[in-house]
Amino acid sequence: MSQPETMTIDTLARLILQRDRAALARALNLLDDRRAAARARAKELLELLQLAPNRVSGHLVGITGPPGVGKSTLSAALIQVWRRRNQHVGVLAVDPSSPVSGGALLGDRLRLQAAGDDDGVFIRSLSSRGHYGGLSAEVWPMAVLMHSAFDIVLIETVGVGQREIDISRLCDTTCFVAQPGSGDSIQSLKAGILEVPHILVVNKSDMGDIAVRAQSELESALVGDQSNARWAVPVLTTSATLGEGISDLADSIEKHHFFLSKEQLLAARRRECQAYWIVCRLREEFGEQGIERLGGHAKLTSELRSSQSSLFEQHDALRQRVM
Amino acid sequence: MEEKKTHRDRPWLMRTYSGHSSARASNELYRTNLGRGQTGLSVAFDLPTQTGYDSDHPLARGEVGKVGVPIDHIGDMEALFHQIPLEQMNTSMTINATAPWLLALYIAVAEQQGVDPKSLQGTTQNDVLKEYLSRGTYIFPPGPSVRLTTDLITYTVQHIPKWNPTNICSYHLQEAGATPTQELAYALSSASAILDAVRASGQIPADRFQDVVGRISFFVNAGIRFVEETCKMRAFCALWDELTRSRYGVQDSKKRRFRYGVQVNSLGLTESQPENNVQRIVLEMLAVTLSKNARARAIQLPAWNEALGLPRPWDQQWALRMQQVLALETDLLEYGDLLDGSPVIQTKVDELVAGARKEIAEIEVRGGMVACIESGYVKRELVQSHTRRLRAIETGELSIVGVNCFRESAQSPLTAGDESGILTVDATVEQSQVSALLAFRAERSQQRVDNALIALRGAAESGLNIMPPSIDCARAGVTTGEWSDQLRQVFGEYRAPTGVDISKAAAPEASEIASLRARVQRTGEELGRPLRLLIGKPGLDGHSNGAEQIAVKGRDAGFEIVYEGIRLTPAQIARAAQEEGAHLIGLSILSGSHLELVEAIHHELDRIGAADVPLVIGGIIPQADAEKLKSKGLKAVFTPKDVDMNVIMDQMVTIIREANGLQPAA
Ligand code: B12
Ligand SMILES: Nc1nc2c(ncn2[C@@H]2O[C@H](COP(=O)(O)OP(=O)(O)O)[C@@H](O)[C@H]2O)c(=O)[nH]1
Ligand SMILES: [Mg+2]
Repeated sequence: MSQPETMTIDTLARLILQRDRAALARALNLLDDRRAAARARAKELLELLQLAPNRVSGHLVGITGPPGVGKSTLSAALIQVWRRRNQHVGVLAVDPSSPVSGGALLGDRLRLQAAGDDDGVFIRSLSSRGHYGGLSAEVWPMAVLMHSAFDIVLIETVGVGQREIDISRLCDTTCFVAQPGSGDSIQSLKAGILEVPHILVVNKSDMGDIAVRAQSELESALVGDQSNARWAVPVLTTSATLGEGISDLADSIEKHHFFLSKEQLLAARRRECQAYWIVCRLREEFGEQGIERLGGHAKLTSELRSSQSSLFEQHDALRQRVM
Repeated sequence: MEEKKTHRDRPWLMRTYSGHSSARASNELYRTNLGRGQTGLSVAFDLPTQTGYDSDHPLARGEVGKVGVPIDHIGDMEALFHQIPLEQMNTSMTINATAPWLLALYIAVAEQQGVDPKSLQGTTQNDVLKEYLSRGTYIFPPGPSVRLTTDLITYTVQHIPKWNPTNICSYHLQEAGATPTQELAYALSSASAILDAVRASGQIPADRFQDVVGRISFFVNAGIRFVEETCKMRAFCALWDELTRSRYGVQDSKKRRFRYGVQVNSLGLTESQPENNVQRIVLEMLAVTLSKNARARAIQLPAWNEALGLPRPWDQQWALRMQQVLALETDLLEYGDLLDGSPVIQTKVDELVAGARKEIAEIEVRGGMVACIESGYVKRELVQSHTRRLRAIETGELSIVGVNCFRESAQSPLTAGDESGILTVDATVEQSQVSALLAFRAERSQQRVDNALIALRGAAESGLNIMPPSIDCARAGVTTGEWSDQLRQVFGEYRAPTGVDISKAAAPEASEIASLRARVQRTGEELGRPLRLLIGKPGLDGHSNGAEQIAVKGRDAGFEIVYEGIRLTPAQIARAAQEEGAHLIGLSILSGSHLELVEAIHHELDRIGAADVPLVIGGIIPQADAEKLKSKGLKAVFTPKDVDMNVIMDQMVTIIREANGLQPAA
């Protein structure tokens, strides 16, 4: 674990692209490591992976929603469907942590694991480590690492109200999971608080009528925004525990991916995500003045969007500029 | 003067919870115990039998015959009751997820003995709800489990009228940390969940529903605060009387009686100065015997060496003698109720009743007991209560003699013997059980087995009562694993919430926590990322308290904790440690199969290239085994003696530092 890093970054990158589990684990530890030497290696590694011709460049799928709606159970069910379709799946499960001690209980794995012992699945838990939007700084680099090796990278986050925005900015496709019977998500949709996700899911359809009602309420809440959209947001119902509606959800997710590729939106979206991540990091480190010093939010974002350089390279260059 | 013989009440049923190694060895043990004056049997099954695996299943490795008797098929059940006439026995079986199956085997053996099943007397625990909360031997999701429970109930009410089909357990809840109020509320909420389900199943005509209510019995705990515990028993009687009348309209007061058996508290029995446990056990027994109107029907006591390992026959005899002295030598049974009319007692009872009513209402609001199990609400409440108890011991607010006060002790002669005072199960029993199983399978008619299993599956799918096809399976020579697998295929398997996600600062903490937290954080910074501890419970062991409390304490100390609950395979644990980038793996094993499981985990870690993650273990680990484990590379072994979890955490930080080439003491 901590042994001096004997493996070269080239070897590590090569093994990751072969989905070698030990290498993946080691690389994720590296991306989590805040020491300077580790950051340098991490940067090198991500650059190699972002440029590797044989990288998979898998689909980044976000699953978000309030606690207890069944996101982990649903993810486990989705993983099974994807595995049957022969896709390899990487999972990042982000759990809220305790702001007092810094400690965290990473509990999602318990339900995700229903996927069983399967070499085609790799699950890593992350604590939110006290960040406001619920997403820690490591999520994006880890997602980049994982999607170089997996066909699908699923990111589970807790999202209530405004907080899901964060994950929708770091994924190709965001699914928001709602709880039947609780008007909250519907209310926030109506109030426009909720950044409209790409797919809405009412889970626990086995609860009967209230699930059907939630579905139609969500559908009607969406109507306004759907008219001129090229992607019509579907509202699906699932029962994660009974395994109902899961393939339809998987199909919808795939359809959205296809839509992004067809409209040639995918590459732009990824750059968007990267830009968002960098701006967040800079704001975290230097505050609003830092962003101002770089020319303000709008200018900075458009500069980042058009840049072709790698994640850490951009980030480092901008840090230098502020300092 | 004419001498008048004083009237004495009949004593309660005296039981010893026992069974180990093999059906034959347990049969000998039972016959000896019956010879010594024990008046009923209480069967302990091994974990594979309780969780529906045959003795040759990979998950059964190391567990066969360890903590109870292995029953793979009718041949084993026959051997278990060899020369014990079932029509005269009162047999209590601690069996839950596989209760319908074990009862089916019992009925089939009775038939073989020429006994009319109608005359059978005894109890199947058959309370799966508390398995999700404490005991851990559940298999299926809550919905199907409730259905199997109700099938057994409706079957026995109609066909074995003297059988106690379910024993709703609050015992295990207290063992998982429940307060008296929680014990009352959760046990009664479970009882109404089951009775509601029986009523909804439509298998019982409305005019016979009273009989079902009348057959429900309870299995309760009695802790060391024996005055409060007596009051709890009186509160149970009052609340049950009220519930059965108001919710189920039971008119006959006899059928509203709160009938219960007891095992006294074991959680509070200590490894340090284990002789003190004798006083504790005796005092706890008073709680459930003092008040005649709320007296236990049956009692079983743990032994002085509870926290060391399994009791030997002599240890169990000692526990039985405690009951006999109380029942036969003292004058307790000569009097009416000693507490009736005491205002002090009544006040306490009222307080408990009010507290329980409030919590019962809370459960109701949250959708009933089953919903509260699925959502993790009840489990979290239990973990929280247990955390509070441990923090009170930590700060000294709660005194435990020999543990956090009066710790000095002369050398104990009790633990000096060769066996260091516990029963060890011969490791060869697994092999012989497996060979016998293979031989049994080879001899039976496969055709008959297949047909019986098809019928079983049909009933599981269609909703027909599961008992008749199960009895057919028993007769046909179906095995425990085969019966369970059919149902797994139909119902699926389940993992219960762990309850460790309780809110921070549930209880005041000792002052050491601040410096510990700083050390955890500093070490994390030195290693570049927060310290990660993976807590693993391998094998079939359901004892989760230790793992849960280590998880909560670890979180509070600043660790990132990965804990996935009970019953993982060594491969799953090794894989999780690797995927999650754990700095340390902490295993928790109390079932006695630590040697086999640790070896398996070492093997798995090696296989996947993660052998450099350091490993520690906690649980019931005899001293000799601790040495063996350390010589195989385990960094530390913790046992119940190590009560201060801040110290445990600190040691773990040191181990992580060492493993990563940092100055250990810093
Ligand atoms: C409570 C208890 C139960 C509860 C468990 C509730 C729960 N959810 O945990 C209930 C009532 C359900 C139960 C059931 C059974 N039990 Co029990 N149980 C106990 C008891 C009384 C206390 C254990 C406990 O929770 N202690 C409190 C916790 C906090 O302490 P701990 O786990 O020891 O943890 C401490 C250290 O060991 C260490 N530690 C533990 N784990 C870890 C992990 C890490 C990473 C670290 C660092 C440290 C660490 O740190 C803790 C701090 O002090 C013990 C006897 C005893 N007094 O120890 C018997 C005991 C463990 N049970 C026993 C048995 C046999 C059973 C059954 C199998 C009986 C049966 N045949 O059905 C059942 C089945 C359970 C199952 N599914 O596996 C035996 C085991 C025998 C053996 N190993 O040889 C014991 C020893 C009793 C006995 N003498 O017979 N039990
Ligand atoms: N009835 C029902 N319960 C579900 C369903 N999906 C999840 N659950 C339950 O909801 C609870 C929370 O599930 P979990 O996946 O951990 O939710 P998360 O917090 O959103 O990740 C668990 O008890 C699940 O068993 C479903 O489709 N139907
Ligand atoms: Mg989750």
